[in-house]
Amino acid sequence: MSINYIYPEYEVVRNDARCIRCRVCERQCANEVHSYDEERNLLISDEAKCVNCKRCVTLCPTHALKIVKSDCRFKENANWTDDTIREIYKQAESGGVLLSSMGNPKPLPVYWDKILINASQVTNPSIDPLREPMETKVFLGKKPDKVKRDENGNIICKTSPQLELSIPIMFSAMSYGSISYNAHASLARAATELGIYYNTGEGGLHEDFYQYGPNTIVQVASGRFGVHKDYLEAGAAVEIKMGQGAKPGIGGHLPGAKIVGDVSRTRMIPEGSDAISPAPHHDIYSIEDLRQLVYSLKEATEYKKPVIVKVAAVHNIAAIASGIARSGADIIAIDGFRGGTGAAPTRIRDNVGIPIELALASVDQRLRDEGIRNNVSLVVGGSIRCASDVVKAIALGADACYIATGALLALGCHLCRSCQGGKCNWGIATQRPELTKRLNPDIGSQRLINLMTAWKHEIKELMGGMGINSIEALRGNRLMLRGVGLNGKELEILGISHAGE
Amino acid sequence: MHIDASKLEFGELNEIIRNTEADVEITGCMGQRFIAAGLSDRKISIEGVPGNALGAYLNGAKITVGGNAQDAVGDTMNEGGIYIRGSVGDAAGYAMRGGEIFVRGNAGYRAGIHMKAYKEKHPTLVIGGRAGSFLGEYQAGGTIVVLGLNEDGKSIVGNFPCTGMHGGKMFLRGSCEGIAFPKQVTTHLADEAEKAELRPLAERFCAMFDLDTDEIMNEDFTVVLPDTKNPFKQMYVTN
Repeated sequence: MSINYIYPEYEVVRNDARCIRCRVCERQCANEVHSYDEERNLLISDEAKCVNCKRCVTLCPTHALKIVKSDCRFKENANWTDDTIREIYKQAESGGVLLSSMGNPKPLPVYWDKILINASQVTNPSIDPLREPMETKVFLGKKPDKVKRDENGNIICKTSPQLELSIPIMFSAMSYGSISYNAHASLARAATELGIYYNTGEGGLHEDFYQYGPNTIVQVASGRFGVHKDYLEAGAAVEIKMGQGAKPGIGGHLPGAKIVGDVSRTRMIPEGSDAISPAPHHDIYSIEDLRQLVYSLKEATEYKKPVIVKVAAVHNIAAIASGIARSGADIIAIDGFRGGTGAAPTRIRDNVGIPIELALASVDQRLRDEGIRNNVSLVVGGSIRCASDVVKAIALGADACYIATGALLALGCHLCRSCQGGKCNWGIATQRPELTKRLNPDIGSQRLINLMTAWKHEIKELMGGMGINSIEALRGNRLMLRGVGLNGKELEILGISHAGE
Repeated sequence: MHIDASKLEFGELNEIIRNTEADVEITGCMGQRFIAAGLSDRKISIEGVPGNALGAYLNGAKITVGGNAQDAVGDTMNEGGIYIRGSVGDAAGYAMRGGEIFVRGNAGYRAGIHMKAYKEKHPTLVIGGRAGSFLGEYQAGGTIVVLGLNEDGKSIVGNFPCTGMHGGKMFLRGSCEGIAFPKQVTTHLADEAEKAELRPLAERFCAMFDLDTDEIMNEDFTVVLPDTKNPFKQMYVTN
């Protein structure tokens, strides 16, 4: 190989006094960074291959290892950063499109961190969630406009189908193929145990997971992979994927090399064939066309399941959401520009879309202004990182949140952002059997349950502090939020006052 | 079971169809959408014009239509058959994975888009007349046949056929001179073996619509095949 001008980004620092030559690091690294030199009885490292996933660091029994960012850097330059220079070298060498994973890592504003939550003092006393009941249950779906009665005056209880969530959080779409069987098993089991939902993504549903159908959202995308009658009937809801926050305007493309074995079976395409989901649905060019797909799915599932339409947060999101709310969809899912992905072109991931906070606020306001807010529920994702993000999202107008990166972190992901390589040492974003077995679904599902249980307690604490004992009473309650360090326009879009006002 | 659809909304009509186990004969159909969506193991015959998404997600039922049908016939169908004496609108057989669609007349844009095949499932779309633009776009499997039985001198397919095709096979009757195919497919005239492969399908189509198989098979057929299963392989560099 020719000189590639790139000095390794990380250094593997090995404390030789602590190293016992057990060679765990060597066995654990699918990137083959570590190797053992028998002659010198030394473990050596090829740092050029290191992605800083911390697998070796975590498993080293004597804590002899650490990975640090190399301080061998280019000459300081605020305009031409190290990343920018490195990207140019990579493209000059390969002629390739830069490919990245997970969410946008750029230092763009995180509005959650500039929004603060209210608490009661003296009047309207706060509530102690350990002593008093707090309701975190939500129902997602179209809500009736008014109470209807039959000729005898009895209330007609037949409403549109609803999803019942014990907490306003769901695991968002990640396909089997982009993540492993064990990762899906962990999500499915945890969702079932927690009384929430996970989402198949556009990769079909493995036959082993039909049993978790009541807690599964099945996705339909432009390529229709794995979509058939049983699949639609297996899920509790059907999600039409129009877009994804990490790559708005870009379709999915799982290379043929990854369509093997079970992945081929659940997608229902031959092994080795590319799975191409183009960005546009070629049968959808208007809200009327979207309505047609929504209703064809409702007909095929006998109106028993809510239909979700998922879109990426983009410039005209309020108008788009207004159209979706009129399309017959029961739930709109909006994915912000920090949402994760198993692979996306770097330029798209880092430069396309808008923050979910602003998208959510403008959509909720628009639907209220038009008097159609109750036609749909709003689910937001990309990225929701903690319980206070959830509370802020609900107060800005969301009915529930989608989390995925957070869920993967609970499963052991270390956000090395190298999913596209398919060599995930944590057994999550890989199909290699020797790696996928590292993720134990018993432990994985328990960790997800722990995380959600902890968030539930925190949500209750935050609600109690505000003197609110039902999550429904928090929804769209923007008086509970204040901005810090935001300009007038940002506050106007978010529909909140500045702290001190 | 007979249903007069002339005064029924699509929801009412489809509910009646769902709630019976008998074969259904619909008359007076006037554009009701989603007829037989997801239906299995039944026979549905339709007089009049069914609306969009006829037989979407079809799972084994057989549908016959006396006249024309509209857009998205057999969207994502898995199994079964849809037989149409007239013409169909756009996106017929979108992502169909199994079963067959026979259209005696013409098809609109994007017929057979995203058509797939999987194991024993091998979908077939036969168009008696001509097909609109983007025929077989992203075709990933199955067989598309266009017979061009019109005598109006117009081209057998519109513009940009087979764009993104990466699997399956297409038979177009005639030598297809003057049709611009994209770079990632190859075309050749069908040899005897390929014509023999096509013949049983042609026979069934002809029997259904009272046509003469010999006359139809007596012409050249152009076979279109994808060059590769991975046409969108873009050079990526890990970042």
